[in-house]
Amino acid sequence: MSVGSTTGTMPLLALQGVSKQFGSAQGWLERGAARLGWLPPAGSVQAVDQVDLAIMPGEVVGLVGESGCGKSTLGRIAVGLTPPSAGERRWCGEAIDRLPASERRRLQLGIQMIFQDPYASLNPRLTVGELIAEAPRVHGLIGRREQGEFVARSLQGVGLDATMASRYPHQFSGGQRARIGIARALAVRPAFLVCDEAVAALDVSVQAQVLNLFADLREQLGLTYLFISHDLAVVRHLADRVAVMYLGRVVEMARVGELFGRPAHPYTQALLAEAPTLKVGKRQFIPIQGELPSPLAPPSGCHFHPRCPHAMPVCSKQAPALREVAPGHDSACHLTSG
Amino acid sequence: MNSVHNAAQAVLEVTGLSVGFAQRGTVLRAVDDISLHIAPGEVLGLVGESGSGKSMTAYSLLGLVEPPGQVSADTFRLCGKEMRAADERAWRQLRGRRIAMIFQDPMMTLNPVLRIDTQMVEAIHAHRRVGRGAALEMAAAALQRVGIADAPARLHAYPHQLSGGMRQRVAIAIALLNAPDLIVADEPTTALDVTIQAQILAEMQALCQASGTALLWITHDLAVVAALADRVCVMYAGRIVEQGPVDQVLAQPAHPYTRGLLDSTPAAAPSQHADNAGATRRLSTIPGLPPALGERPEGCAFRPRCARASAACLQVPALVAVSPGHEVRCFHPLARVSA
Repeated sequence: MSVGSTTGTMPLLALQGVSKQFGSAQGWLERGAARLGWLPPAGSVQAVDQVDLAIMPGEVVGLVGESGCGKSTLGRIAVGLTPPSAGERRWCGEAIDRLPASERRRLQLGIQMIFQDPYASLNPRLTVGELIAEAPRVHGLIGRREQGEFVARSLQGVGLDATMASRYPHQFSGGQRARIGIARALAVRPAFLVCDEAVAALDVSVQAQVLNLFADLREQLGLTYLFISHDLAVVRHLADRVAVMYLGRVVEMARVGELFGRPAHPYTQALLAEAPTLKVGKRQFIPIQGELPSPLAPPSGCHFHPRCPHAMPVCSKQAPALREVAPGHDSACHLTSG
Repeated sequence: MNSVHNAAQAVLEVTGLSVGFAQRGTVLRAVDDISLHIAPGEVLGLVGESGSGKSMTAYSLLGLVEPPGQVSADTFRLCGKEMRAADERAWRQLRGRRIAMIFQDPMMTLNPVLRIDTQMVEAIHAHRRVGRGAALEMAAAALQRVGIADAPARLHAYPHQLSGGMRQRVAIAIALLNAPDLIVADEPTTALDVTIQAQILAEMQALCQASGTALLWITHDLAVVAALADRVCVMYAGRIVEQGPVDQVLAQPAHPYTRGLLDSTPAAAPSQHADNAGATRRLSTIPGLPPALGERPEGCAFRPRCARASAACLQVPALVAVSPGHEVRCFHPLARVSA
C-alpha cells in the first residue's frame, strides 16, 4: 500500500489483508442433507474481502459505502469486536491479536468505538455517571474516590453539564446521548476511535454540534478516527483521507480533496454525482442503473461491472487490484490500471 | 415555477391549521396555525427537524390524526372538497384515490403476509369496479412506471423478498395506482442509499411532470429539497417560519433559523478547506436544542437560540413578505421586508 510511504512513520492501526466471511453455522444433519443434495449448499457472505487499511497517528480516515458494503464489519474488525477470518490487525506495529490476553487487554483500551444508536448502547438502568465511570473503574484507571470528579470532567469535556451525572439515559435528547456515548468511549483515554455512523441519527443542527465536538476533541486530545458513514458530506467535512467500499472491497482510497475533486473509480464518480447537494435549482437526476447486488451472490470479476457505464469484457472476468493512479490515490478499476 | 397560486385551482388549500393535544388543562399544539397551498404539478418541500410538527402536518392533511389529537382549521379544501367537518366516509373517498401517502418505512404501507399483487389489486378495487385481470394489468403498469424492470414476476413476490429500495418503489407504485391529485411523502428516501435515493427522486420528478400530480415532500434534508422542490416551507416548533421559492429561500434565507440550518449542513461549505488536512474545520451551529412540545417558549419559539432576538420577540411574529412569494415569520429578518 502506498499509504504509509508518504510520511514514513508507523501507522497507528493497520489492517493487513483482512477478510471476514459470515456463513450459516450448520449442524451435522444440515451438512449431510446438503451433501446428498436435499438442501442447497450453505451460503456464505464475504462481508470484507482482502482489505488493507493503514491509519496514521492523528489522521481521520473516512469510510464510505452503501448499506451492505461491509463498512461496519470492517469497523468492528478494526476495534477487535469481530475477529477477521483472514488477515491481521496491527496496533503500533504489533500484531495485537497474537499477544497474551493481559497485554492485549491493556492495548485494546487504546481503541474504542462509538455506535450509531447511543440509546441502544447505553444501559437504561445505569445513571450517566455510572455508565461513564464503569470502564475506567474496571480497568483500574480511577479509584472510587476520584469517580465523581472524573465523571464531572468527562461530561464537561463533551459539552454537557456536570450535574447531569445522576440522570438516566432516557432523560436526554438524541444529541446529548451521542455526547454521552462519546464521553464513555473517551473515559479509558483511547488514542483511536472508530465512529460507526455516529451522527447519522441526529438532526442537522445537532449533527453540526457533534461534528464540531469531534473536531475539537481531535485537536485537544490528538485523537485518530476511523469515521464510518454513508453521508458523503459528513465524511468530506471531517476526514483527511477517504476509503470507498463496494461489496466488501475497497475500490478507491485517496486524500479527501483528491477523492472529491478527481474521483477515479466509476462507482465513486456515481456516488458523488448522485448525492444531493445544496446547489439550488431543480436538477435532473441521471441515476446509476440497478441496485446493490446481493452480497450472497456478488457479480464475478469487478463487483461493480453490472452497474458500471464503462464495463468492458475483462471486468466480468477479473477483479481489478487496488493500484496507485496518482500519488496517494489508489483505485481498483481496469480503466485506470492499463 | 408555480409560485403564482390560484385558490380555485389549488389541489390543497389550508389556512390556520392546528393540531392540538389536550394535556392537564392546556392544549399542546404540535402544529400551530399553519397555512399551505399546493398547485397541480407543484412540488412543495416541507423541511424541519424532529419534533417540528412536519409529520403531524402530513397526517392531518390526510385526516389521519386520531383522538386525543384535535385538528382545527379556518380553511381546509382538498381536491375541491371542503374537508373541515368531513367524516370518515368522506375521507375514505379521497384517501388512496385523490390523495395518497408514502411513508418513510415502506413496511408501514405493505402487509408482510400478503403478496404484492394481492395488495395492489385490493387498492384498486377499493375505489374502482374493474375485473381482476384488468386490475393486475394496472398494477404491473404502475410497477413499471416506478422503474421495476420485471414487473409481472415482482407481483408474485412477498414484501420480504424485495430489497428496501424495491419495497419503497412498490409503496410509491401503490400510491400512484389511482392517479391521485396529491401525494404526501413523509421522508420516503431517508432510509435508502444514495444511489437508490437518486433513482427514486428521478422517478418521482418524471412522474409528477408527466401526470400533473402535486407533491408534498416532507424531509429534514435541505439538499433533497434543493434538488426536487419548487417551493419550500421551513417549520420550527410547529410553525412555518419561512416559505418561498426554493432557490430564493436557500440562496437568501430571511429567517435566522433557515440560515442556521444551511450553515449547519456540512455540504454547504466544502472545497475550500478540502485539502488542508489536520486543521480543525468547524461548522457554524445553532446553539441549544429544539424545544420539546410542552416546553416551547412564548412568542417566537426560536428566540432562545437566536442571536438577533430582542424584547419584541416575546410576541409571535406574523408572516411578512420579503419578496413576492417569499415570506418570513421574524421581527429581525436577514432580508429587508417589502412594503
